[in-house]
Amino acid sequence: MDIDNLVRMANRIGDYFAAYPDQAEAQAAIAKHIQMFWTPQMRRELLACVAQGSEGGETHGLHTLVADAARKHLAQPATTGG
Amino acid sequence: MTIFREPDYGTPKRTSSEMVTLVIDGDSVTVPAGTSVMRAAELAGTRIPKLCATDSLEPFGSCRLCLVEIEGRRGYPASCTTPVEAGMVVRTQSAKLAELRRGVMELYISDHPLDCLTCSANGNCELQDMAGVVGLREVRYGMEGRNHFDKASAVAPDVSNPYFAYDPAKCIVCNRCVRACEEIQGTFALTISGRGFDSRVAAGTNQPFLESECVSCGACVQACPTATLMEKSVIQMGQAEKSLITTCAYCGVGCSFKAEVKGNEVVRMVPHKDGKANMGHSCVKGRFAWGYATHPDRITTPMIRNTIDEPWRKVSWEEAINHAANEFRAIQAKYGRGAVGGITSSRCTNEETYLVQKLVRAAFGNNNVDTCARVCHSPTGYGLKQTLGESAGTQTFESVLQADVVMVIGANPTEGHPVFGSLLKRRLREGAKLIVIDPRSIELVKTPHVQADYHLKLMPGTNVAIANALAHVIVTEGLANEAFVAERCEDAAFRQWKEFVSRPENAPEATAAITGVPAEAVRGAARLYATAGNGAIYYGLGVTEHSQGSTMVMAIANLAMVTGNVGRMGVGVNPLRGQNNVQGSCDMGSFPHELPGYRHVSDSTTRGLFEAAWGVSIDPEPGLRIPNMFEAALDGSFLGIYIEGEDIAQSDPNTQHVEAALRRMECVVVQDIFLNETAKYAHVFLPGASFLEKDGTFTNAERRISRVRKVMPPLAGMADWEVTCALSKALGYPMDYAHPSEIMDEIARLTPTFHGVSFDKIDALGSIQWPCNDEAPDGTPIMHVDHFVRGKGRFMLTAYVPTDERANKRYPLLLTTGRILSQYNVGAQTRRTANVVWHAEDRLEIHPHDAEERGIADGDWVGVASRAGDTVLRATVTGRVQPGVVYTTFHFPESGANVITTDNSDWATNCPEYKVTAVQVVKVSQPSDWQQRHRDFSARQQAYLKGQRQPGKDRVDA
Repeated sequence: MDIDNLVRMANRIGDYFAAYPDQAEAQAAIAKHIQMFWTPQMRRELLACVAQGSEGGETHGLHTLVADAARKHLAQPATTGG
Repeated sequence: MTIFREPDYGTPKRTSSEMVTLVIDGDSVTVPAGTSVMRAAELAGTRIPKLCATDSLEPFGSCRLCLVEIEGRRGYPASCTTPVEAGMVVRTQSAKLAELRRGVMELYISDHPLDCLTCSANGNCELQDMAGVVGLREVRYGMEGRNHFDKASAVAPDVSNPYFAYDPAKCIVCNRCVRACEEIQGTFALTISGRGFDSRVAAGTNQPFLESECVSCGACVQACPTATLMEKSVIQMGQAEKSLITTCAYCGVGCSFKAEVKGNEVVRMVPHKDGKANMGHSCVKGRFAWGYATHPDRITTPMIRNTIDEPWRKVSWEEAINHAANEFRAIQAKYGRGAVGGITSSRCTNEETYLVQKLVRAAFGNNNVDTCARVCHSPTGYGLKQTLGESAGTQTFESVLQADVVMVIGANPTEGHPVFGSLLKRRLREGAKLIVIDPRSIELVKTPHVQADYHLKLMPGTNVAIANALAHVIVTEGLANEAFVAERCEDAAFRQWKEFVSRPENAPEATAAITGVPAEAVRGAARLYATAGNGAIYYGLGVTEHSQGSTMVMAIANLAMVTGNVGRMGVGVNPLRGQNNVQGSCDMGSFPHELPGYRHVSDSTTRGLFEAAWGVSIDPEPGLRIPNMFEAALDGSFLGIYIEGEDIAQSDPNTQHVEAALRRMECVVVQDIFLNETAKYAHVFLPGASFLEKDGTFTNAERRISRVRKVMPPLAGMADWEVTCALSKALGYPMDYAHPSEIMDEIARLTPTFHGVSFDKIDALGSIQWPCNDEAPDGTPIMHVDHFVRGKGRFMLTAYVPTDERANKRYPLLLTTGRILSQYNVGAQTRRTANVVWHAEDRLEIHPHDAEERGIADGDWVGVASRAGDTVLRATVTGRVQPGVVYTTFHFPESGANVITTDNSDWATNCPEYKVTAVQVVKVSQPSDWQQRHRDFSARQQAYLKGQRQPGKDRVDA
């Protein structure tokens, strides 16, 4: 899927939970939201973008809060499924 | 089956804790205080003759036919206007009363044509009935009708309204129509002009009905005791032979109707008096706009084709279904199990949507199922679940009659949910206060006998800022219901929220710059909502269809909780659902992450339940949402779709993006009643059935499950549920049901909130509001009464995050969209009815200031351009919209309203941001490029429908 679109969606989720003062709570909530509503393929592509960013590559503007949330809480989903 | 006529008790029901006992014709009767003698008599089984009285209207006392004798009283009081008193002794029959009644009837009949045998009301005329009851045998005053129908005094019938006729010659001036328009509908379009013998019903300022402010709700026609106001269908076809109760297929009010039919043909649809959603009222759509069901455009033969650039081929059901199944299996074999999916529709029954999601999960083997609620109320599902614990509204519609202050946010009930709009107006006329939060001046802001106390006319996209400002005032001015919060809500979340909304940036003085709403108005509205007594919030798509749609739903729930306005009559959080079965389609597990009853697919216990019942394993991961499906189609990973009753090519945003995605797919299967915009991109067309051809249930915005009953057999020979079963069988997963009731039985077995629901129970109770189970065997009218479904209510933080879609130099105006009374959604149904006389095209509303700046006059063609696309509409210059804001509807595909809307969406649910699009508007002289392409494409697809191929034009892209 279009990674810019995925990043935009992820950032908007991050924008909502950023209001929570406890950063750890916000990160957990962001990851849970993505886990609950995104397909494994979408999550894989987001995680690939996060990994790319960790290695100094292109992040497509992914917000740090979301990237950290993904790194900390989003497990690499199995390759089966949508 | 025969025609069912509900009893008429003459005057409305009264409720009182005080009971009064009186004697009528020697029998003792006990009724609530305030009940009329007429009603008390009827309840005791004694019918008093009447003409101007009917139990849907307040008593009027004009016909003098219902006179009675009361011991100890002089004269002959009218029983309709006389309230019961303890110990009263009433006689309804005596020689004197009979003489008086005959005298009254004689006067009426002296000025009424005696054409009973050729009259359209023959067989259903109260005047005729009363003449019989009083024993009228002669008329001593002549029969020339010199005041109503002789040559000198007759006024020609008014047939301007497409659905009913007004014949003044037959009028007995009982005022029932005038009172119905006032008391039931609240439009005040009718009056009695003239005095004495010159009295006539007049619409507007003595205009033809069509030109008046009459909204064609049909209440006057329903109230008329003669043939004065009569449905044209009855005039044409005669009285019906039988009737059955069914549920309207338009908006989320879900009105109950009595379908009166001859054989398999509908004569008229009459609002069902005992229908708990509508209580005997209707709107122009449900009452009259049902002719689309038998429109010549209906497709009744299955069709297939290999590409969308070739003519359709009519085939048998078997061939069409096998072809679809083979295509889906081939796509899965080539691209993977997740390369196909389905879309259910809010226009389909619970049973039908349940089967489609079951087919996707069990036969396709993935969770790629979504529903049109994605683009309307998905934020409601998310937001209310997070805060209150259940993805549904909290009340009955009737609850509004106990509200003291009503806040209407981003909804236009008198246009979008007219029957509820009328109920709300009734309560407002009784004195309830009104706060409207809307960028436009909707009718409720100022309409006869109703005026909003506050209209917070905010800029589109700033709902959350307003809600936070309201909460700020409530919290900082000490108006919170601390006791309710302490008892019913999570303490830590409340304290966190309280600190958040108390911040200076949420003060109305600070948000005014964002919203454009003066601080004092926000403060006044907040104080009113928090202190006026029962506070009820009603909201619509103006809340949900935003980038912060879910945030706003949670902000609304926060407001209700902090003021203690949850859990009893008169209060609550009430989403006004757009389509008739939005609630039901969501309940039935149509979302890609949820099984029926809003249970996440990752929940192994729930999954295990369905796996055991269905004999398959269910994917524990969420599937694709509709916008994700488009994205996946464009990247080549999603190539087959089964769409039941949904028109994504017209209703979803960024039309060109949707069209590109559909074009990319290898197998698009559309099950619908017409060749809709999406079907023009389809490879398989499976003819669907209208609501008149269905057996099943719809669930309205009150969670009310009502029966849809088959009035005529499916025109294409198969019911929609049978088609889904056949497709599933062809896919190798047979689903065996003998009747839709068995599907509901399965839903009930597998869904705790539906455990007690069955067709038999709905038939016995009339309708049921879920949850219906062992704890609530007769259903649950009001939710969250003693505790929230999630236990404690949870306040959620709702920081205002501006949308990316902002006005700028290139696109300086904000476009917002909505609907109009006479048309419905994409218009596929209402465009194929006479409703087009009221709205034959979508127009762009623009403020006079913005119009003048651009040299635009009323009626000019204007180009509307956004970053997504451009289209051309005619302008309506009006002060209803504020400067900087333009507005349109999306009922006609050629308008291309969604060519302009963007793919921006709600952060939590991807519900599109239809309500905010930055645009520029300029005067133009020709249609947009897209419109010209669309016209060519549609003409070609229409030709393909007839099996024609136009030489040299093998491919036309839209």
